[in-house]
Amino acid sequence: MIKQPAEWQLLLYIAGQTPKSIKALSNIKKYAEIHLEGKYSIEIIDLLESPQLAEGDQILAVPTLVRRFPEPIRKIIGDLSNEERVLVGLNIKPIK
Amino acid sequence: MFNYFHKKNQTGVRKIKPSKPQDEKFSFPKTPTGVEGLDEITDGGFPKGRPTLICGGAGCGKTLLSMQFLIKGITDFSEHGVFMSFEEPSKDLSLNVKSLGFDLDKLKAEKKLVVDYVRVERSEIEETGEYDLEGLFIRLNHAIDSVNAKRVVLDTIESLFAGLDNQAILRAELRRLFHWLKEKGVTAIITGERGEATLTRQGLEEYVSDCVIILDHRVIEQVSTRRLRIIKYRGSTHGTNEYPFLIDEDGISVLPITSLKLNNEVSSELVSTGVPGLDTMFVGGGFYRGSNILISGTAGTAKTTIACYFANEQCKKHEKTVFFAFEESPQQLIRNMKSIGIDLEKHIDKGLLQIHASRPSLNGLELHLLTLRKLIKDFKPTTVILDPISNLITVGNENEVRSMLVRLIDMLKANNITALFTSLNKQNDNLRPDLAEESVSSLVDTWITVRDMEGIGERNRGIFIVKSRGMGHSNQVREFVIGSKGIELLDVEFGPEGILTGAARKSNQLQRTVKAMKLQSDLDRKDREIDRKRKVLEANIAALKNEFESVVEELGILKATEDLHSKIMIENTPKTKKK
Repeated sequence: MIKQPAEWQLLLYIAGQTPKSIKALSNIKKYAEIHLEGKYSIEIIDLLESPQLAEGDQILAVPTLVRRFPEPIRKIIGDLSNEERVLVGLNIKPIK
Repeated sequence: MFNYFHKKNQTGVRKIKPSKPQDEKFSFPKTPTGVEGLDEITDGGFPKGRPTLICGGAGCGKTLLSMQFLIKGITDFSEHGVFMSFEEPSKDLSLNVKSLGFDLDKLKAEKKLVVDYVRVERSEIEETGEYDLEGLFIRLNHAIDSVNAKRVVLDTIESLFAGLDNQAILRAELRRLFHWLKEKGVTAIITGERGEATLTRQGLEEYVSDCVIILDHRVIEQVSTRRLRIIKYRGSTHGTNEYPFLIDEDGISVLPITSLKLNNEVSSELVSTGVPGLDTMFVGGGFYRGSNILISGTAGTAKTTIACYFANEQCKKHEKTVFFAFEESPQQLIRNMKSIGIDLEKHIDKGLLQIHASRPSLNGLELHLLTLRKLIKDFKPTTVILDPISNLITVGNENEVRSMLVRLIDMLKANNITALFTSLNKQNDNLRPDLAEESVSSLVDTWITVRDMEGIGERNRGIFIVKSRGMGHSNQVREFVIGSKGIELLDVEFGPEGILTGAARKSNQLQRTVKAMKLQSDLDRKDREIDRKRKVLEANIAALKNEFESVVEELGILKATEDLHSKIMIENTPKTKKK
């Protein structure tokens, strides 16, 4: 295994183009650019289009950001407006 | 008379019936629950297209009730269902309900049921900022649409509160969810843990207010009983009492404490008591079919024997009989009855008789009732014997036993089953019944009491009829003896101070025999005397006759002499004198 994961796989579950989901998307893009430059991928899943995917990742709330890789799976719900908590949640930044 | 009234009643019911469709126009649309007895209490089921809240403490059957609602919906009413579990993974759930005969996997494969396990793991989730539960809505919507579900269960949605921090959002979203469910037109069950001050921990009753049912699990004197109560039901009448319910291998069944109406069929057919002589104490010659008979008495007064006689008689007539023995094992009962010439084994072999022996404390009253209910359904007996019902009091208190017996009697009456109960009562001097009897005596149709009659160093058994609804009966206390040939009712023996029993009867009988013998000899002597007198008389008559005859003869001789004399005189008279 490589010491530092080469790639961060992030999934953002949304339900239509709501203000919250747009906000969440722009937030995560912003944080990822700063902290994970070049090492990440973000996939957006619109549950309105593919509702069957909600069960797999145990999605209840939207928007939900799921860190698929590296393991373990982490979930962050909400519009990701609190940068600190997002970074802690994604385990990018250790808790101070 | 009875028949006449009965018919009248029936036509009365029929008259009402045609107006029912009109009523139904206004009646509240309901979804049958598929839970035995619950439809009866809710007057048809849960509100159709609305959410119903079921709350209760741990282990009182919330999940099971809702699962049964879904599965019965699929199997009995072909309404597909969605089970959204927040507590148990779907695999566990399948396994748990499999023991109740519900095969979730099969239903899932047939696309009739969706089980969706929503896992809310606090440690995995971080909350930042605004969110909503649209994901849950989408999942539910997807599940509902995929099987075209009409019934939805959310088992225990309150788990969300443990997983998510933002209560304000949660509450708003839950409110939205229930609205959404209503709009979707599905009949939903939402379960909730019972809270301390509120019905549910998170006050779900604020949101779901169409129908609220509370389940309860109480232990009273080491016997647990589950109870169900409808707290509210908008737009419908419902039973307001607490109803005991049971969980057994067939799922949940609720037992309404009292059936609302007393309109069971009545029969004028008579069944023999089986005890020789006892039939004649009833004007009709036995019990009415479908009536309840109570045999009460102190210990050792042959209550069980009389019950067995009845069972034997019914079996002989090929009537299916169930004997509940709470004191003796079947083997013991058979052996004991053999000693007085009753062969119960033969009936068991033929499949006419079933003996169910169990200690009353084996299970709660409700389970006893349920066993009976099941037997009635499966075995279809026409006669049921409970020996003795007074033992049940050890399981519950007076009220519970009474209410159980009311339900039992209702059930038996509804099925037109002749039932015989025995009841052991305490030895007391007066004739007043004790509590055990009193609690059922008003419920039964016929009450026979067997009692000890003690006196001058011996104990005798007497039997009498306390009451017999709709039939005249003897007022006598009849003595009976049990010998190797069985029960024998003795003829009434009157003494100077009333009815005699036992040794008094014997001495009285002896006295009577002596008297009779003396009388006979007196009579014989008198007869002989008369005979002799007659003979004397006859002799006298003969003597007089002889005397008379000799007088007659003498008179005859005199007459003849006279005639001869006069003849000679005429002949000797000279003829010249005439010229």
